[in-house]
Amino acid sequence: MSDRSALTVEAPGAGGVGASEPAIAIEALERRYGERLALSDVSLTLERGLTLGVLGSNGAGKSTLLRVLATLLRPHAGSVRVLGAALPAEADSVRARVGFLGHEPLLYRELSARENLRFQARLHGVAAARVGELLAAIGLERRASDPVRELSRGMAQRIGAARAVLHDPELLLLDEPRSGLDPAAWERLEPLIGRSSGRTRVLVTHDVEAALAECDAVLGLRAGRVEYLGPPDGERLRALFRA
Amino acid sequence: MTRAALAILGKDLRIELRTRESVPAMALFSVTVFVLFHYGLDRDSLDGAIAAGVLWVTLLLATVLGVSRLFVTEREQGGLDGLLLAPIDRTAVWVAKAAALLLYLLLLEVVAVPAFAVLLLGTDLLAVLPELVAVLVAADVGLAAVGALVAALAVETRARDLIVPLLLLPLVVPVIIAAAAATEPLLAPAQRPDELGRWLLFLGLYDVVFILVSVAVFDFLLED
Repeated sequence: MSDRSALTVEAPGAGGVGASEPAIAIEALERRYGERLALSDVSLTLERGLTLGVLGSNGAGKSTLLRVLATLLRPHAGSVRVLGAALPAEADSVRARVGFLGHEPLLYRELSARENLRFQARLHGVAAARVGELLAAIGLERRASDPVRELSRGMAQRIGAARAVLHDPELLLLDEPRSGLDPAAWERLEPLIGRSSGRTRVLVTHDVEAALAECDAVLGLRAGRVEYLGPPDGERLRALFRA
Repeated sequence: MTRAALAILGKDLRIELRTRESVPAMALFSVTVFVLFHYGLDRDSLDGAIAAGVLWVTLLLATVLGVSRLFVTEREQGGLDGLLLAPIDRTAVWVAKAAALLLYLLLLEVVAVPAFAVLLLGTDLLAVLPELVAVLVAADVGLAAVGALVAALAVETRARDLIVPLLLLPLVVPVIIAAAAATEPLLAPAQRPDELGRWLLFLGLYDVVFILVSVAVFDFLLED
């Protein structure tokens, strides 16, 4: 069932979403933690404007792949190009164009939602007015001055999503973005980080059904190796990843 | 880089103002050590080399506490990833952390030096205050530069509480030698601080060297 060949996932219509370089081009990526191989021989190409789902059980290498794409981890072998820039050499230019939402919302608990977003806005060189827009978009204007430690997990996740899109990134890297969110909260976030945002997305999930519903292509990982790479084929994906 | 460094420094100071976890702990530790010396040495007053040694060893050990906590919000709240994801020169992180530690040390000394004078000192500190402040500031700059570097080295290690003193203390031995030597005549009633300028120059050179080293290597420290 293993499919190690690179798959080029193209947007509907000619030429993808207006750019010659694909959003992501990975060739024979390898990444280790000490002696343990976390990713091995991973290759794929994702055109702009599409959503790639990354499926796999715990320890499959999903989060490692996302962290490599986010420039938080260096590839140990192979080549990785994100938005046309080679990693790790051109990581600085990638950071300005990529949004990342991981397991943790990456917020300072002693600061308020507004202070956290203003801090990130200053780091990204984004106007402070954008913070107000995003607080309204995630529905947290009334709690914007409360310290994050006093907010629920779902509220923190909403602020984390706002942080991820603060600088209007072209590529979103999302690790289980729905965790801690009720359906109403997700509805608010959908225009920012969901399919309707129009951004290229890499979506890490355990949930086969979520991947089928939201993704244009799916990468299935097992023990750091490519187990499946192709369009969202429900029958095969359920057989492989719904254990 | 300045914009990012100021943003990170502002964030750190805001969090410290709210949590009061670093400076009060450093100050309380120093005062406690002075009290212990007061009773342990069984002397009402110290002067000269012993006074200078007690002051600087105590300040240095309090510095270890501050360095250990320098990246604590980044480590415990995932903020380090947040910083590394931003399109900023990573040297800005070192600049901000070193500036925060320098401020913490200066605030510590506002409490610790008067406490030292009251609990242990036999000489009049006010008469030599300008010279003492010069020594404190010159030493603090070096401690802050090295401290921010060591804190970044230790942040992702499991044994960070052990690594910080093991790395920091040997690196700052020259600071202790120079600062104690510069302070000794200031705390001795019969001595003139003839060599103060030489020791201040030494501390200044140490500061410059470690600032340059930190700027050169900090990027690599934050790589995975």
